[in-house]
Amino acid sequence: MATAIEYFKLLPKTNCKDCGQPTCLAFAMLLANQKAKLEDCPHVSGEAVEAMKESSAPPVNTVKVGTGENAVAMGGENVLYRHERRFENPIAYAVSVSDSWDAPRIAEAVAKAKSLAFDRVGMVFRLDLVSVSNDSGESDEFLAAVDAVLADWDLPIMFEINDVGVAEAALSRHAALKPLVYAGETADVEAFAKLATKHGCPLGIRAKGVEAAADAAEIAAKAGCKDLVLDLGASNLKECLEWQTIARRAAINRKFRPLGHPLMNRVGCGEYAVATAVLSTLKYGSLVVFDGLEPYEALPLFTLRQNIYTDPQVPIQVKQDLYPIGDPGPHSPIMFTTNFSLTYFTVRADIEKSKIPVWLQIVNTEGLSVLTAYSAGKFEPERVAAAFEESGVLDKSDGPVVVPGLVARMSGKLSEEIGRDVVVGTNESKDIPKHLREITS
Amino acid sequence: MAEIPSVAEKYGSKVGEVPVGHGDYVAGGAGGMPFLSFENPSKRRPMIAGEVRDSLVGYPELAAGMFSGREKDPADWAMMWKEIGADMIFLRLTGTDPSVGTTTAEDAVRIVKEIDERTRLPIMVHGCGVQEIDHEILPRICSEVRDTRLIVSCVEEEDYKRLSAAAMAGGHHVLAFSNLDINLAKQMNILLSDFGVEKDNIFMDPLMAPLGMGLDYSYSVNERIRLSALRGDRMLQVPMVCHTGEAWDVADATSDEPGLGDPAHRVAWWEAITAICAMMSGADLLVMRGPSAADMVRVYAEELAGGS
Repeated sequence: MATAIEYFKLLPKTNCKDCGQPTCLAFAMLLANQKAKLEDCPHVSGEAVEAMKESSAPPVNTVKVGTGENAVAMGGENVLYRHERRFENPIAYAVSVSDSWDAPRIAEAVAKAKSLAFDRVGMVFRLDLVSVSNDSGESDEFLAAVDAVLADWDLPIMFEINDVGVAEAALSRHAALKPLVYAGETADVEAFAKLATKHGCPLGIRAKGVEAAADAAEIAAKAGCKDLVLDLGASNLKECLEWQTIARRAAINRKFRPLGHPLMNRVGCGEYAVATAVLSTLKYGSLVVFDGLEPYEALPLFTLRQNIYTDPQVPIQVKQDLYPIGDPGPHSPIMFTTNFSLTYFTVRADIEKSKIPVWLQIVNTEGLSVLTAYSAGKFEPERVAAAFEESGVLDKSDGPVVVPGLVARMSGKLSEEIGRDVVVGTNESKDIPKHLREITS
Repeated sequence: MAEIPSVAEKYGSKVGEVPVGHGDYVAGGAGGMPFLSFENPSKRRPMIAGEVRDSLVGYPELAAGMFSGREKDPADWAMMWKEIGADMIFLRLTGTDPSVGTTTAEDAVRIVKEIDERTRLPIMVHGCGVQEIDHEILPRICSEVRDTRLIVSCVEEEDYKRLSAAAMAGGHHVLAFSNLDINLAKQMNILLSDFGVEKDNIFMDPLMAPLGMGLDYSYSVNERIRLSALRGDRMLQVPMVCHTGEAWDVADATSDEPGLGDPAHRVAWWEAITAICAMMSGADLLVMRGPSAADMVRVYAEELAGGS
């Protein structure tokens, strides 16, 4: 990112106010904070705008695979640690099928890939891409395999091809889908780069180590290829972690362009493959291609991706709603807490542990935790009563209404608001099961 | 070949090294971010402690089934952890709470001594969570178990004096617990130092939230703690402890909902990923519950550290 002074140098320094700001310097400050666009100044030359775009582009390129709303964006990262700023584009996961398989086997693999989709707290976690691998070395087999995949798969696809002739045949037919073409380590990088550029498709290249990858990236760039994904060719976890860290730090801290591309890994299947994917998800990967992935591996991996790519500045919130836990009935206890997701999940898990059915009312406190929300005036008895009213929980159960121990002070007022007695619960979530047993026995 | 600009950070500080048990195990010592040999000269992988309890009340059945019946006797259970490759035993004395079990102070001391004699591994002792009972039993253990250096778990801002004093008197270490916040973590270490606990007798537990239940907060808090320690914040230069067993409490980890795959494999990954995130963000000691997760993580940690 450019500084205010760097922007200021490009401006006419006339303080003409045409941009809406009192001075050129004030405008430059807004630019540096990304609150204005350089184009807002009518006096800056087109060349200056282009030059600035170049130098203020994210240190890691953004590459898109696929088209439309299902397109997968990779890279575009600006920081090394997620506490600095939200990571931009979540890592993508792909499963590969071979063109040496017959159509039913491919259909089965695609069906399995589609089954790796899980509905979670209003989000769908799913596999992003299917990859077709040119193991046969033949164009006809490859095109047939791609057709077999597309029969049942409408998300983005990628191709693993070593032979530039096969790649030409594949792109001539499917360039409109914007597949990622992933050339193997022995492929002719220049020929592949020209081909991908001609068809407007992104290119993945593999080289062993950061130096070789930087060289290959330069060759591809000289051939005109801008949408590049790099596989650093790591053969174990240590190489994966260290090489990807070196590449990303070189791009971000040292503005080293040849390594400023999204990074990918081609792994097999099973434990070690998943471990590599976990590391890559934490440390700078944008795509992992598997030979296969089981649901018991996919769900934790997809959950990890969701966790790592959340915005660290915004507390995660759950929706204000009534959450029945364990099939509660007309006499089950009514509990309530804030909509800070960590609070919600903790309380929910402790209620589940008790095996006692409970109506859990979540109150919108804008993602603040119990004490913080209470002191900020966002967890008032009136607000709780309004949430009860909205969900109708008081008509669903005549069971005890439990006030979180930390906000016992609201008991009297809440009781008045809802016209019912309340009981004070525990300070700590972990003590909920014991307390629930006491009030329901 | 292209010349790659150097990216190694020169932090200037490192995390303290703390010997535990009989002195043959050492935790801490990192001089860079985890496993980066180009900036972190330490080849030490995080230690792995296996969880043992004196009572199985409230302990997941799925986990109990993974120890071939040996979970019924704490010392035998600890031996199984040693066979699996654990570096430490984490003993959770849940049964000292009379609403859970019948373990007396004498029993607790005997269990700790038995585990020590049979495994010779370092031991971390955790109470039952009921203050009066922990205040009685943990100091007894501190004074009666003298030939191995224990880690006493855990002290908190509201309640640290009694257990810290007992640990100091017995020559043991304390584990300082804080709730997901770098400033609270630092505050705990300052409190303990002011109270007289030497910095190289302190371990810190900044609360590792499991995968899918706030892991992102912990991962970033840990990274910030470790970066601050390396950049010179002396009050954060103590080894970091992360519990990963809470992964077993996550509904998605163990539910038998169709389409999610085998729960035993799934919970192993759930805990292993939690542990990998913990060690990638700076943990020096992982307290683990499942044997297969612990085995996976130890093997990966050894490989990443570049030696055992």
